[in-house]
Amino acid sequence: MEPQPAQSEIAALIARHLTREGPMLPILHALREAYGQIPGAAPALIAEALNLSRAEVHGVISFYHDFARAPQGRHLLQICRAEACQAMGAAEMAERLLTALGLDWHGTTPDGALTVAPVYCLGLCACGPAALYDGAPLARLNAARLAQLAGEARA
Amino acid sequence: MRIHVSMDSAAIALGAEAVLAALRSGLEERGLEAEVIRVGSRGMVWLEPLVELDRGGGRIAYGGVTPGDVPALLEGRLDSLGPTEAIPFFARQTRLTFARCGVIDPLSLSDYAAQGGLAGLRRALGMTAEAIVDEVKLSGLRGRGGAGFPTGIKWDTVRLAQGARKYIVCNADEGDSGTFADRMLMEGDPFTLIEGMVIAGLGTGAAQGYVYIRSEYPRAIAVMEQAVDLARAGGLLGPDVLGSGRGFELEIRVGAGAYVCGEETALLNSLEGRRGVVRAKPPLPALEGFLGCPTVVNNVLSLATVPVIFARGAAFYADFGLGRSRGTIPLQISGNVKHGGLFETAFGMPLGTIIEDIGGGTASGRPVRAVQIGGPLGAYFGPDKFATPFGYEEFDGAGGLIGHAGLVVFDDSVDMAAMARFAMAFCALESCGKCTPCRIGAVRGVETLDRILAGERAAVALLEDLCETMRLGSLCALGGFTPYPVLSALEGFPEDFGILPEVAE
Ligand SMILES: Cc1cc2nc3c(=O)[nH]c(=O)nc-3n(C[C@H](O)[C@H](O)[C@H](O)COP(=O)(O)O)c2cc1C
Ligand code: SF4
Ligand code: FES
Repeated sequence: MEPQPAQSEIAALIARHLTREGPMLPILHALREAYGQIPGAAPALIAEALNLSRAEVHGVISFYHDFARAPQGRHLLQICRAEACQAMGAAEMAERLLTALGLDWHGTTPDGALTVAPVYCLGLCACGPAALYDGAPLARLNAARLAQLAGEARA
Repeated sequence: MRIHVSMDSAAIALGAEAVLAALRSGLEERGLEAEVIRVGSRGMVWLEPLVELDRGGGRIAYGGVTPGDVPALLEGRLDSLGPTEAIPFFARQTRLTFARCGVIDPLSLSDYAAQGGLAGLRRALGMTAEAIVDEVKLSGLRGRGGAGFPTGIKWDTVRLAQGARKYIVCNADEGDSGTFADRMLMEGDPFTLIEGMVIAGLGTGAAQGYVYIRSEYPRAIAVMEQAVDLARAGGLLGPDVLGSGRGFELEIRVGAGAYVCGEETALLNSLEGRRGVVRAKPPLPALEGFLGCPTVVNNVLSLATVPVIFARGAAFYADFGLGRSRGTIPLQISGNVKHGGLFETAFGMPLGTIIEDIGGGTASGRPVRAVQIGGPLGAYFGPDKFATPFGYEEFDGAGGLIGHAGLVVFDDSVDMAAMARFAMAFCALESCGKCTPCRIGAVRGVETLDRILAGERAAVALLEDLCETMRLGSLCALGGFTPYPVLSALEGFPEDFGILPEVAE
């Protein structure tokens, strides 16, 4: 487990967005960027700052795939599962990687090095199969390239 | 010498950064002087990374360049594709919305202005709000986000609405698989979108805009954020737009991985900081949108087409097209296709021409079996529907929709039952949960498809009933249109469902 950031630090980060119209998503993105996930202490502080109930804040967090995500490994591989990539064999490619790593979608390797998550279209549909690796776009992937990438992530 | 290297996500995904590094060191080693310019994509994705060399006689294209090609490229020994704009895929287009994409440095406001940018806004600044809206109406522009609603009529509703504040919200959620035009435009010519939004503000009386971009597009977000800063510094945004005394502000917002947030009312909820649940209409967002205020919600392409309409006149734009589909449409050809990319052309081109002729057929070289048009909620068409001209009404008449104009090509190895199951599973995964036919129906749909695939023929009627319930009983098109891919797969490709085509009795 990562050490939890101080409440005052979280509160300061929240305060930076309070002049915006609809500050909730910008706050959640900023928290995730800073800490890799939404810190446990954050919902109560957000609720207080935005004059909402904690249940409402939790409701928002749980609605969005980006925020509801479980804690991740050091590297994140998001493989596109949508139609255009499927047309280029993405389903079989992803299946091979997951089997080799012994993972399900959203799973993290036991060494904590790599999380493999699904994503539905990256706008790289004319050069699929596509993925994002730690936010960097990759295209025309195949099983061998993915295996190599996973190896590098775990090295 | 000028060297242009694409910085579009697709080019980067295919290795453009390594090519750029090799170019820089290759130039230095040889003591060559050259200006290296990052540009957006020309849309010929199968040729990325595309490098263009201009030795004074215009840009010459080199496709699929690798770092290893760079020495030959710099020494004039690499085979070229000839002038970029003479490549048939490019030469056959009518580039209006994408006129500057791939041509200019996306983050140079002076480049933008030198290539025709800001001319539309300058003209609009001399017009009344009513005249601006009339111009958009006359152009025949319809929403490119999927529903095809006339943009001018939407703007007029907001113009006439009472409200202390009004908003222009750009829908850049582009969640439809097989679509990337919004991304390509934001990465390749962001000022066009900003200019279109400022004109929308002038036409409706709105002074604040938001661009809601999906989080899956990190580069588009970064480019748009820089462009907004540059636009503010250059006087295109701020309290005094181009010295007119009129103000317009713009902010970039980032989605959080929910497909349904592309639906305009869910998007507004998300922008306000709520769960991205669909709102019942009425009230229309045009009357009660963001924070309850009159709001224009338009797709990226709708807004980015506005500047050219004002620069060249509504009649010029409306002259292109077919029937009630006026102007041009940036087709996005993807999936298992030889020449994948963005092809902007007047409405009306037959589907078969787009797939076989422009797209060059499949990448695998096998026959085309199916094309899904319009994203995950669009129908699958087989080659028997290739005569259908690309237009809103024409596709509707053929049992499909054009959506955001994505075309995903599949060869004959596709399992259409798996694709139907995927469509249902996607709906179940992304349902906002507001209405039962979608929330529960999609889950049942997956189960029913599994029964059909296990050989239970009687479940086919059940699936058809379920689709009818979803179609009629869903609040938005996620539940309402998922039956399109499912039923079109079932009807067009029954053999994949273990059902033999009906034999004449
Ligand atoms: C489930 C769903 C997803 C949608 N996704 C998008 C999208 O990603 N981008 C978009 O512009 N419109 C999307 N729409 C359509 C919007 O609701 C709306 O019609 C559009 O943004 C209006 O802009 P336009 O008139 O310029 O097309 C979606 C609709 C539904 C039902
Ligand atoms: S159809 Fe689905 S996504 Fe649309 S409102 Fe109903 S539950 Fe939400
Ligand atoms: S379908 Fe995979 S990137 Fe669009």
